[in-house]
Amino acid sequence: MTDLRVSVWRGDESGDQEYFDVPRKENQTILDVVTYIQRNLDPTLSYRYACRVGMCGSCAMSVNGVARWTCRTHVDKVCDTDELELRPLDNFPVVKDLVCDMQTFFNKQKKAGGAFQGSKSRDDGLAIIKPDSKGRMAVDKAIECIGCGVCYASCDIIKWNPDYLGPAALNRAWTLVEDERDTRRVDRLRAVSGDAGCHACHTQMSCTQRCPKLLSPTHSISGLKREVTRAALKGEI
Amino acid sequence: MTHSANALKARRHGAYIAFVLHRVSGLLLSAFLPLHFLALSQALNGEAALDAFLNWADNPLVKLSEVGLVVMLSLHLGCGLRVMALEALGWTVWQKNMVAIAFGGSVVVGTIFLLQVF
Repeated sequence: MTDLRVSVWRGDESGDQEYFDVPRKENQTILDVVTYIQRNLDPTLSYRYACRVGMCGSCAMSVNGVARWTCRTHVDKVCDTDELELRPLDNFPVVKDLVCDMQTFFNKQKKAGGAFQGSKSRDDGLAIIKPDSKGRMAVDKAIECIGCGVCYASCDIIKWNPDYLGPAALNRAWTLVEDERDTRRVDRLRAVSGDAGCHACHTQMSCTQRCPKLLSPTHSISGLKREVTRAALKGEI
Repeated sequence: MTHSANALKARRHGAYIAFVLHRVSGLLLSAFLPLHFLALSQALNGEAALDAFLNWADNPLVKLSEVGLVVMLSLHLGCGLRVMALEALGWTVWQKNMVAIAFGGSVVVGTIFLLQVF
């Protein structure tokens, strides 16, 4: 098999692409490629991973322009040619090389009211949520989000409006809006209804297209838009 | 492949294309509006002025532009309906189909108009 010509981002916010030749193998993942570079060609290369099996989402980066989990992406799947372009996730500040800073991303989850606030204490026992109840069904997929940032990196609205809360934060807010135990519904709807909130979404759906867990933040955002409209008509917000 | 080529390729999916078509058709339609009002205002200068304009508008190039205009209108309508359906009706597995229907419907309406013109 021929070598892969891999172009890797080196630097922080400023930097350049550096080229490496990596032997191409069968069943090779993008994470294998990056690891090969660090272990054999340049030990100063920085990148992030943990589980290697698609559980944690920490190895996400931009592969040929598309945000992906590198541990779950086979080279054969994304390489028509022998060229590969690796960059840190779009829309995130770069710490070094392929490592990005997730702080703003998680702060936006807080801003969107992403913290659960119930009315009961630990002494009250477990709340019973019926699996087939309307609210539970509405968020059945959305609660599976692990916060990897792929949707956030794929969203052009964040490029155009850096304050935009983004698909993951709004998805989290949607799961709590539909949570019958939660007590902060109105506050949360207010938090997601500003200029940088759910109405800023232009339904480009790149988030839904790219989500490695096949979730649909677009669905969650459209649910928020409807709930915000209802609350506004009722005079709640 | 360069970074910008990769970035462009990454946006080559139905929903993004529908978004771009919606925006571009909206911009072109709003650019057309002043021309539309200019044409109508010819009536203020009397019957002869309006007739002269309408006769001029019979030339094939203007007719061809009208085809483009109708395609823009139907594209804008179709893509707008897509957004409204997604947002007002909630999620359906139809989302990608709607993009295709919006696009296909626009082409059909434009083609029918084209056939009637010539």
